[in-house]
Amino acid sequence: MAGAAASPAVVEQLPAIPVERARGFRNRWYRTPSFVAGLVILGTIVILAVFAPLFARYDPAAQDLHNILKGPSSAHWLGTDQLGRDVWARLIYAARVDLKVGFLAVLLPFCIGTVLGCIAGYYGRRFDTLTMYLVNVVVAFPFFVLILAMVFVIGPGERGIYIAITLVGWVSYTRIIRAEIIVAKRQEYVLAVQAAGLRDSRIIVRHLLPNVITQSVVFAMSDIILTIGAIVTLGYLGLGIQPPTPDWGNMIADGQTFITTRWELSTIPGLAVVITGIGLSLLGDGLADLLRPE
Amino acid sequence: MDRLSYVFRRLLQLIPVAFGVTLICFFMIHLIPGDPARTMLGVHATPEAVARLHKQWGLDQPLINQYLDFMDRLLHGDLGESLFYNLDVKTLLMQRVGPTLWLLGMTTIFAVIIAVPLATLAATKKDSSRDQAVRVVPMFGLAMPPFWVGIVLILLFGLHLGRLFPVGGYGDGLAGHIHSMILPAFTVALFISPILIRSLRASLLNVLESDYITTARSKGISERRVVIRHAVRNGIISMVTVLGLNIAYLVGGTLVIEKVFALPGIGALMIDSILQRDFTVVQGITLVFAILVVLINLITDIVHSLLDPRVRFD
Repeated sequence: MAGAAASPAVVEQLPAIPVERARGFRNRWYRTPSFVAGLVILGTIVILAVFAPLFARYDPAAQDLHNILKGPSSAHWLGTDQLGRDVWARLIYAARVDLKVGFLAVLLPFCIGTVLGCIAGYYGRRFDTLTMYLVNVVVAFPFFVLILAMVFVIGPGERGIYIAITLVGWVSYTRIIRAEIIVAKRQEYVLAVQAAGLRDSRIIVRHLLPNVITQSVVFAMSDIILTIGAIVTLGYLGLGIQPPTPDWGNMIADGQTFITTRWELSTIPGLAVVITGIGLSLLGDGLADLLRPE
Repeated sequence: MDRLSYVFRRLLQLIPVAFGVTLICFFMIHLIPGDPARTMLGVHATPEAVARLHKQWGLDQPLINQYLDFMDRLLHGDLGESLFYNLDVKTLLMQRVGPTLWLLGMTTIFAVIIAVPLATLAATKKDSSRDQAVRVVPMFGLAMPPFWVGIVLILLFGLHLGRLFPVGGYGDGLAGHIHSMILPAFTVALFISPILIRSLRASLLNVLESDYITTARSKGISERRVVIRHAVRNGIISMVTVLGLNIAYLVGGTLVIEKVFALPGIGALMIDSILQRDFTVVQGITLVFAILVVLINLITDIVHSLLDPRVRFD
């Protein structure tokens, strides 16, 4: 066998695809309009969220019952809500909560789904059959119905969101990674490192994963949008982030009562969700363009 | 393999999935932290009430017996009894199924009305400015939480624009139902159509490049006729599949919309039951939705195989 003569050190240098892709990324990202636009939109929101105490003059939970439901003014840029809380402060503190929870709630299923997809795709056989059976059972449930049922069982709040979305969300990543691994494991560079006697874990982590992860990363961008949508919807229903912590969903729900007089109370937090979603969409599209091999 | 044995094989494949679905729904109750009966009844529950619920749910039995009992009742169409409404869940669901079916039906019609023309416009002039414009639609569609779109529509149509459509309730009679479903169905259609536009555009682009379209064009048939009679008819086959496969997504979208527009459907019932901690209803609805999704996916596959003679059954 030709590969048997090659030492693992030599084999390490074999696949050059990820390196090429990384170089392409560095040279091209600023010439990809959707990527730059997404980066600017999302970057602005992230800066506002991270440095919220600098941009907000009020505590988001501080009530001022003498100044309830006031319109925009120089003191309160977006006015005040039914408890006299500053809407602008609540809006950017809510960005902090929703972005953090949205990101973490995608990270967990991303990791679990990737690991399961790698093992199922690489080893096949019984583990693959079992994993795909679980995938088929979970996808039989409407996404939001299962999330609601899980949040109901575990209890509302941040912890409930993480567990529910992880239990439901891993399947997409497993399906994507498994399908890619099944194709990639038959390619020559993988056969070469296998013949060189590298450990399976090393082949998967160092050689297969960098080549198959792209589609999952791109999917994760749209998944964050859907997850933030789910978090905001749970918040709207009173099952997500619990008051007094501000969340775009509970802000929309609070504002809906006053829709005839102060319509902006429920429309502005919704617009924040839309702008965040567009930013993530553009970033995802740009990333897909950049990571696609030339 | 012929069509009949294909259908039979797909039916057989359903059994393990349906079994898994019942397992998840059954074990939901065991995931509840602490004593589920106490959690359900609240801190002021009497020990008698807790014991009664234990007996009703069979929590005093070994796990395997509990599951067998659950399956036995399920196969007899018994989904348990609601803690809040004092009615069996099946009767409750039958009372509430009307608005949900109306909403799903009208949403599908609206989604097709939105998606087919937009996808056709985009695909017939690939990479043109109108194609780019249509490709922006999914970006907005994906980013907008449907319940918020519902609130904005209520604001626009309920308070301004001359109150053209009712913004809540189910209406009376056929005309009333249709009239009251317009805004909620349009809201959910906006949510689902980005996926349809994407898939139909992709499949139309595929079809427009195929040989039979070139043949049709070379025979001198007008471009309009080529697109409408030849390409769209074929492209729609894939859209039926996409719509069927996304039924789970669609159902998820209708849940909250029913709540926003005060429609007395199954989705609103589920959300109310969650807030009332009515476990049996939540479990029953989750189970029914999952089984429905599995069946609709099966029907989609069969319909696809009937519509498209190129489908092979191996």
